[in-house]
Order: sequence, then C-alpha cells, then structure tokens
Amino acid sequence: MPRRDYSMLGPDATRAIETGLLAAQWYHTDIPRNQMKDLMRRDDGPAIRDTIILFGAMVALAGTGVALWPSLWSLPVWLAYGVLYGSAMDSRWHECSHGTAFKTRWMNDVIYQIASFCMVRNPHTWRWSHARHHTDTIIVGRDPEIAIMRPPEFARLIANFFGVVDAWNGWVRMLYNATGKLHPEEASYIPEAEQHKVIRVARIWVLIYGGVIALAVVAGSILPLMVIGLPRLYGAWHHVMTGLLQHGGLADNVIDHRLNSRTVYMNPVSRFIYWNMNYHVEHHMFPMVPYHRLPELHQAIKHDLPAPNRSIAQAFAEMWPALRRQLKNEDFFLKRDLPVTAKPYREDLHHAALGTAAE
Amino acid sequence: MPWIDACATDDIDSEDLIRFDHDGRTFAIYRSPDDEFYCTDGLCTHEQVHLADGLVMEYEIECPKHNATFDYRTGEARRAPACVNLNIYRVKTEGGRVLIEV
Repeated sequence: MPRRDYSMLGPDATRAIETGLLAAQWYHTDIPRNQMKDLMRRDDGPAIRDTIILFGAMVALAGTGVALWPSLWSLPVWLAYGVLYGSAMDSRWHECSHGTAFKTRWMNDVIYQIASFCMVRNPHTWRWSHARHHTDTIIVGRDPEIAIMRPPEFARLIANFFGVVDAWNGWVRMLYNATGKLHPEEASYIPEAEQHKVIRVARIWVLIYGGVIALAVVAGSILPLMVIGLPRLYGAWHHVMTGLLQHGGLADNVIDHRLNSRTVYMNPVSRFIYWNMNYHVEHHMFPMVPYHRLPELHQAIKHDLPAPNRSIAQAFAEMWPALRRQLKNEDFFLKRDLPVTAKPYREDLHHAALGTAAE
Repeated sequence: MPWIDACATDDIDSEDLIRFDHDGRTFAIYRSPDDEFYCTDGLCTHEQVHLADGLVMEYEIECPKHNATFDYRTGEARRAPACVNLNIYRVKTEGGRVLIEV
C-alpha cells in the first residue's frame, strides 16, 4: 500500500470515493426508538451545573494565580487553571458544536464561542471540519481531524502535549483568515455562504489578543497572557492525552466506529474535564446523545461493542506500542475484537480497504 | 397533485416522526406536540442522511448525523451544517389516516 496522503485534495480522497467508503452506510447498534428518544432528550440542568463549576473554578484559580504572582506558589494554581482553559474547553467546544450540551440553543452557542476562542479554533471552520469528521471518521483524505497520521510523528505528538503545534497553527491561521483569506482546504468543506463568518471571527480574535498583548507590554509582565492565551499551551496536556486515545492505533478507512474508535473507562475528574467523551464509540455511533447520557448509552449497547479499555494508563499501554510499530509499518493497526454477542459488519469492504490486520 | 395515504395517525407518537417511502422517494411525516401533522423530504439537505432517526423537539427536527435542525412546519434550515431548506408537502387527516400531497 502506498503511503497515506492525508490532504483533503489528494489521491487518498479520490480513492475513498472510488472504493465506496463515502457512499457506505455506517454501522449502528440496534436500539429501540423510544429508548433512543429518551437518551437523546435535551436538558439544560447538567450543563448549567458543570458550567458554573467550570467557570467558577477558573475565576477562583485565575484570581488566586494573579494574587500570588510572581511567587512560585502560584505555579500549581496556574497548572490547574491551565487544564480548565486548555483542556476542559476542548470538550466544551466539542459538545457545544454538536448542540447537545444544553437544551437552550443560545447557551450552546455562547459556550461554543468562548471555548472556540480558548482552543484557538475558528468556530465556523471547525464546525464544518467536525461535521466532516463525523461523516468520514478516520477515512484518509476525507477526515480533517485525524490526530495521529501514519506513520506517526512522535515529536509532533509530544509537542502537542504542550499545545505547541496545534495552538501555533491556530494562531497562524487566525492571522491568515484575518487578512480576508481562507486556505484552499478550508474552502473545500466550508460553504461559500459561511466563509465570511470565518474571517469576521478571526478579526475579532486578533483584536482581543492585541489588547491582551498591549496590556502585557504596558504592565511589563506576562501576567495577562497567563490568563488569556498561554494556558492553551501549558494546560493542553489533558485534552491531548484523552484526545489521542479516541482513535489512535486503531483501523482507518472502515465504516464501523467499533473498529476505529476507543471507549476508555476514566476517573471522575478526567470525565468532568473531558465531558464523558471517553465513551467515544458511543458518541460517534449516536452523536445526538448528550454527554451526560453517554454512560447510559454505553450500558445499553456495550454487548455490541469491543471491550472498553479499563483506564487511561491501560489504553496508552495498548496504543503507544502500536504507534511505534506504525513507524516501521504504517499499515499496522489494532484490530478490535467484537464480543460474541455483537453483529459483524461489512467485512468485505473492510478487507478491501485494509488488507489483513497485523497481529 | 394526488393525495397519498401514508399512515395511521396513531402510527406516529406526539413530538415524533416516521419515515414514509413512496414511488422511489422518501419522506418524513411529523406529529407535533399539539397533534398537528406535517411532511417534509426525508433526507437532510446537508448530507442526505435520513431524518427518521432524528430528534423532534417542539417544531424542529434535528438530523441524527450532524445535528442540523429544520423547522418541519416550514422546512427552514435553522442550524448549520444545513444551509438549504427542506421541501415541505401538504398534509391532511381523514378517518384516522394521514394523507400527504406529493
């Protein structure tokens, strides 16, 4: 198999169309309509509660950090604040982009805008890229959100634990969009009627960052940037840690989320930061189910899913060696074993796309 | 345009929808919270996913794949990634049956 080309405009994008991966029907576990309607039902309560906790903690931590600055005693406070800014906002961005976190639309939209700013992800660009991620999950040349491309670039992966590559790319793209331009790949999945919104947001953000940087210069201190901007770097590690596990080391070019996504049991703190996206197979199979109902969805369909990873550490212990093997053989992947109670799906198409899984 | 007998009124729960296929076309038939019936094209205008597995919330249908929403009374696309409105069709009920004009 030739090397993968992850460009949205390259030969793998064409090949995905030719092999039928785009026209194919993705697998869904059977679940009674009334049960699914109940699971999909929206509720403002859980997200309001979590948002009050999140923003209350951020205000308290930032205030404490400022008060203790520049003492080293402020360091652990900033580290905690950073995780909420640079990681919890990733999951808020994600869930609100689906519109499922809150029942009330404006609440979803407000948190989506704030979280997009914190994560340096243009809310319009990324709404469309995430829609494509759900349409063509981990299909090479179609999915613009593949975190670990094969062969893996470990330096890039590790640098991203400190937000270096993604945040830098976000800021560079922000400046580029602010000049009134869209990258050709962006233009390939953002409808023309929506493109002006990308530019408008980029310009607003440039003004905000300009104000923060000006304040830092006037004050002669990086303290303003410790509150806005830099936490995207020093607090990114948690969302990268959990995000890599979503699909890392698993199959690409399949149309069954059980084979390309990973559900991992996690501790309650990580689940709060990650807003239950550790139930990632479930989320991809049924993206309309709000984060606070995913544990119930998991119970309802787990008979049809591969066994979840038992912890973050256990999932990394499984994934990291697989990524190392992909350095030498990029066709290597972890083939998920389905339980005997599960329905098999499209082995024909998957064999054609994948060949045989390496053991 | 002919009226087509699509289903019984009791086939659709309140604030829900069903799929109806006819003559090579597919439709979504809705029952609103106040027990009015409506009909739209069955496929989301974003990526042709059928709306029948979606969620009806008051007078909106949300696509099950990307969470695009439409007002099923008017077909208006209310939330991205849908930008194109749904076609809508006239509906009437007679003797416990739902008829659509297609």
